[in-house]
Amino acid sequence: MSQSTGKSILEVKDLRTYFYTRDGVVRSVDGVSFSISEGETLAIVGESGCGKSVTSLSLLRLIPSPPGKIVSGSILFHGKDLLSLSDEEMRDIRGDKISMIFQEPMTSLNPVLTIGRQISEVLELHRHCTKDEARTRILELLKLVNISEPERRIDEYPHQLSGGMRQRIMIAMALACDPEILIADEPTTALDVTIQAQILNLMRELRDRTRAAIILITHDLGVVAEMAQRVVVMYAGRKVEEASVFDLFAKPMHPYTLGLLNSMPRLDDASTKRLVEIPGMVPSMKTEIIGCAFAPRCSVASEKCTQESPVLKNHGNGHWVSCWHPISAAGVMHE
Amino acid sequence: MSKNKKVLLELNNLCKHYPIRKGLLSKIAGYVYAVDGVSFSIYEGETLGLVGESGCGKSTVGRTILRLLDPTAGEILWRGERIDELSRAEMRPFRKEIQAVFQDPYSSLNPRMRAADIVSEPLRNFENLTQAEGRERVKELFALVGLRPDQMLRYPHEFSGGQRQRLGIARALSVKPKLIMCDEPVSALDVSVQAQVINLLGDLQKEFGVSYLFIAHDLAVVKHISHRIAVMYLGRVVELAETAELFACPSHPYTEALLSAVPIPDPTRQRQQIVLGGDVPSPINRPSGCHFHTRCIYAQERCKREEPTLEEVSPGHFVACHFKLNT
Amino acid sequence: MINNNAMGAVSEPVQISKVRLFLSVQLPAMYKRYPFAVIGAATLLLMTFIAIFAPFLGTIDPQSVAPLNRLKPPSWANWFGTDALGRDVYSRVMYGARVSLVVGIAVALLSTVIGLSIGLVTGFIRWLDAIVMRIMDGLMSIPSILLAIALMALTKASIENVIIAITLAEVPRVVRLVRSLVLGLREQPYVEAAAASGTPLLKTLVRHILPNIAAPLLVQATYICASAMITEAILSFIGAGTPPNIPSWGNIMAESRSLFQIAGYLILFPSIFLSATVLAVNYLGDGLRDALDPRLSRRM
Repeated sequence: MSQSTGKSILEVKDLRTYFYTRDGVVRSVDGVSFSISEGETLAIVGESGCGKSVTSLSLLRLIPSPPGKIVSGSILFHGKDLLSLSDEEMRDIRGDKISMIFQEPMTSLNPVLTIGRQISEVLELHRHCTKDEARTRILELLKLVNISEPERRIDEYPHQLSGGMRQRIMIAMALACDPEILIADEPTTALDVTIQAQILNLMRELRDRTRAAIILITHDLGVVAEMAQRVVVMYAGRKVEEASVFDLFAKPMHPYTLGLLNSMPRLDDASTKRLVEIPGMVPSMKTEIIGCAFAPRCSVASEKCTQESPVLKNHGNGHWVSCWHPISAAGVMHE
Repeated sequence: MSKNKKVLLELNNLCKHYPIRKGLLSKIAGYVYAVDGVSFSIYEGETLGLVGESGCGKSTVGRTILRLLDPTAGEILWRGERIDELSRAEMRPFRKEIQAVFQDPYSSLNPRMRAADIVSEPLRNFENLTQAEGRERVKELFALVGLRPDQMLRYPHEFSGGQRQRLGIARALSVKPKLIMCDEPVSALDVSVQAQVINLLGDLQKEFGVSYLFIAHDLAVVKHISHRIAVMYLGRVVELAETAELFACPSHPYTEALLSAVPIPDPTRQRQQIVLGGDVPSPINRPSGCHFHTRCIYAQERCKREEPTLEEVSPGHFVACHFKLNT
Repeated sequence: MINNNAMGAVSEPVQISKVRLFLSVQLPAMYKRYPFAVIGAATLLLMTFIAIFAPFLGTIDPQSVAPLNRLKPPSWANWFGTDALGRDVYSRVMYGARVSLVVGIAVALLSTVIGLSIGLVTGFIRWLDAIVMRIMDGLMSIPSILLAIALMALTKASIENVIIAITLAEVPRVVRLVRSLVLGLREQPYVEAAAASGTPLLKTLVRHILPNIAAPLLVQATYICASAMITEAILSFIGAGTPPNIPSWGNIMAESRSLFQIAGYLILFPSIFLSATVLAVNYLGDGLRDALDPRLSRRM
């Protein structure tokens, strides 16, 4: 596992991204803070609608505006606030210092351009390469991501490649300029399990080689366990827990995290007893949530939880929890 | 265990090939071998899990059993009677006994019909109930799946994904079927909701003794709910065994690779992962002999030439491989 | 009756008459959301009112000739002036509304019903589909106006024949729309689910397919109405449409073709009414299209 040097390169402080729709204001990201150090892999975990994808898009200022807007907060990249940069300065950063890979490789690649053309676009933009320099670099990149017959692939179109290969191309494009941070938004969700294993393996290899920091957005706790060093758990636009990956799985402190871990069927679990459910469903984001967002579904919720929003508290060793009644016993319990 | 139970459904060499037509005169240029010789049985009161990756044909098997598709070859026997060649009208009475729950909770319910009407559709097709009787039955069904009677007149878009899936289950249950084909019923749901639906399916099976053909790609879910599991690859069943047996001693190299590829939510586990090379071949141009030989780490000369057949290696455990592992 | 409408407003939990509810709460809400559609609907209602109550709106017999009074500009006696035969233009324009509305609505209805039937059949029966679509493609390759003219040349001039001719020209478009909708809907999981529930084919059509094509079909029907009104006017303008004795907006403009430089009001008033009506129908159609679009457009 690649070790992080501990120097924080990106600091997100109290980020708020709202969407102004006809039916109300959707507070997709409602006061989220975290930081990532050089070479570290941070996973942001949560279910659909929790705001993890919107967070990653906010980092690169890719929020469609209207209806969305980054309302407040700061994103400090090497001390400089990305939210205060001009569009041109931001464009320089995207793809060069911070790059992103998306969930659906088919729709994220331009179907009418060859693979070579698309990767060279990134290189021409940021590195000002000539066509030949670009071609050499592209072949290097394709070999780096284990694409067979790169000379042939460079002139092929996305539809001629499989899902796994397209995702590799996306990774190649993202790594073309040796970024410091790679944001991977559900990179393997749309892939088959065996292909997912290949891609995750590849990402681990590349991480060791390039020392890029990775922000991994996913809903799959198995992927988190395999890839991440630190984990942020999000619920309804807020951060509810943050810990090292070992602490999170061994000693989850937020009831939601515990609920998630208990409700997942697992391969390594011999029992076939009933899964422990989390009752109810994710709250609608269109109305403002007073108090803790998870309270309606929480088994340990109290009066205070419905009135006051819990604050993030450090429980030692970098384990932060936002809860009035965090769980202190160790381990994951079954019914 | 399954010897004393009655056989509900039996598949014998089921095939579904789609012709590919090209050119002005729509000549046949090839076939998509979606399902190519699948045989298994489902017993009363059990859940048979059907797993595989995209393109393996598991959904096609499910649809063909339900006669939403017509098989190209092979037999489908329901309680001993052949149903693979029946016309739409002849098939109707069997639909009371074989029902389905579909994958997408957003498009498997007619957006312009009220929840009560959606759930009672199979009922109305087969029984002549008065308005009051119908309403009572729907109320019962709603209660069974954990929905409130005041939601009966709502439209699908007013429900969440998990609730819609419950509606789909209520619909399937309405005619008290013996077998429900569940095609990826929880794949489109959030993790915290998946558990609710999985538990519901388990409870219903305990209460009514209904059998499930549980088609999914998520191995952990399938493991939790199935009594027996069949693993498919490129249109064929490569391994079939009781759940515990399959996970304890997988005998087919593909099963072994599949199991090792699933990420486990435990950061302390260091696993020896078998990472398969290459991509899943297309079901049009399949590799010769054993379809898996192009990616199999144990492949030999024989695998390229000869197609292995499904053989019983221990009671109830079938494998289609020339060099079975763990035996 | 508690009413949570789209804007989130909740009305008093008191018995309130439906009419008052509509006028005080729902109509303003609709106007706020789709202002043009409401204006369009109101204009259309106005035209319908004019068409029905033409005899009572201060008109005289539109066909009564008064040669001594011809080509008089608008005045208190003749609000829109008089034409070359001394007929009162205002009366003719008021009665002309009848023709346009009748033709527009009749064509919209007929072409929708015929197109729906054909489209449903072709969507489900593959071999019939191939034949029918070739015919439809053939018909669509002829510009609808020319097709209408050709059909009118074969028969005598009458409103019925005008309606039939324009309908025939518009049917292929409806067929195409219905067919593509049906083909798409057939693949929908809930249609599959209906088959799995044992629903026979005909019931599937009625219960599942029809309700889901009603909305796009309705929107298309409004556009056909607008298009038919214009086609009728054009046919009348070139003399191939409504018989000249019946006042229609196209006819009025046709008769005054050569005179419009000295008596512009002869063309002005019928064209204002025609444009306003067609615009109103188009706005209504746009509004319906936006309103009936599934909740996807409202969801984040």
